[in-house]
Amino acid sequence: MLEDTLEIGGKRIACRLFVGTGKYSSHAVMREVLLAAGADVVTVALRRVDGSVKTENILDYVPQSCTVMINTSGARNAEEAIRIARLARAAGAGNWIKVEVIADSRYLLPDNMETLKATEILVREGFVVFPYMSPDLSMARRMADCGASAVMPLGSPIGTNRGLRTEELVDIMIREISVPIVVDAGLGKPSDACRCMEMGCAAVMVNTAIAVSRNPVEFARAFSMAVKAGRLAWRSGLPEIAGGARASSPLTGFLRDTE
Amino acid sequence: MRVRINGREEALPDSVTTLQELVRDRGLVPEHIVIEVNLQVIFRDDWPKVSLRDEDRIEIVSFVGGG
Repeated sequence: MLEDTLEIGGKRIACRLFVGTGKYSSHAVMREVLLAAGADVVTVALRRVDGSVKTENILDYVPQSCTVMINTSGARNAEEAIRIARLARAAGAGNWIKVEVIADSRYLLPDNMETLKATEILVREGFVVFPYMSPDLSMARRMADCGASAVMPLGSPIGTNRGLRTEELVDIMIREISVPIVVDAGLGKPSDACRCMEMGCAAVMVNTAIAVSRNPVEFARAFSMAVKAGRLAWRSGLPEIAGGARASSPLTGFLRDTE
Repeated sequence: MRVRINGREEALPDSVTTLQELVRDRGLVPEHIVIEVNLQVIFRDDWPKVSLRDEDRIEIVSFVGGG
């Protein structure tokens, strides 16, 4: 098959597993995970420095070949998300932004309206914007119309490992939305990621499941293989699902007398 | 001089009058941080030129792991 890269914001992305950098036991383990996954896109957050002197910069542990996407986590409205994006760009972290606006602290579900507002403004300011959203066709359409480079519907609430609970809605988005669909949040195991890719998602994003597994490096490798398998399956064309049985072996030449 | 740093009010020593001096005073690694003064991002090259004033609101942030 021909080369199968995802082109976004002028970059060619070979690895369709985006990996988050949170919750690892050390920066060194995180780096091993990114290498094992072969990650091309990784997310990083921005926070106030605490009083202690920092001697390590997490970005030094991200392989050079990766594109860093800053998330706006912690933002409760569009204004705060925009502020974080501008700070990140000023820090030299590039212009890829995952807009994450969350006003709900129990389920961490995104505020689609504020996300749309931030997306619109950040696109105008030259950012490559990936809005994290609750799967909703109209909202995704508006986000794509105002220049989002992709949309990131959630599979289930952040960090739950519950898998793709929003399948029907994501499936509709894949069929109807012109920009790439990247399922983010809640994917708990490689088969969840594989399912997303078989459906035709452009990529998936995983953090918690990998970071909290007993062997994050090997689990990252498993996720990466699952994403590749799902993608290849989708490109090959999934067969239709039949109601009744259809024999795989010939229905002639049986070892019995004809009646 | 009294300023607000990362949401907390603090008194700065007399030796600290610019952003550059604040960074040095705190022992922060310039390459690892980004600073905003009164909601305006200040680029590293401009830190020596930015004089701090009473009641300035300063945000000092850095990158951390996240999904």
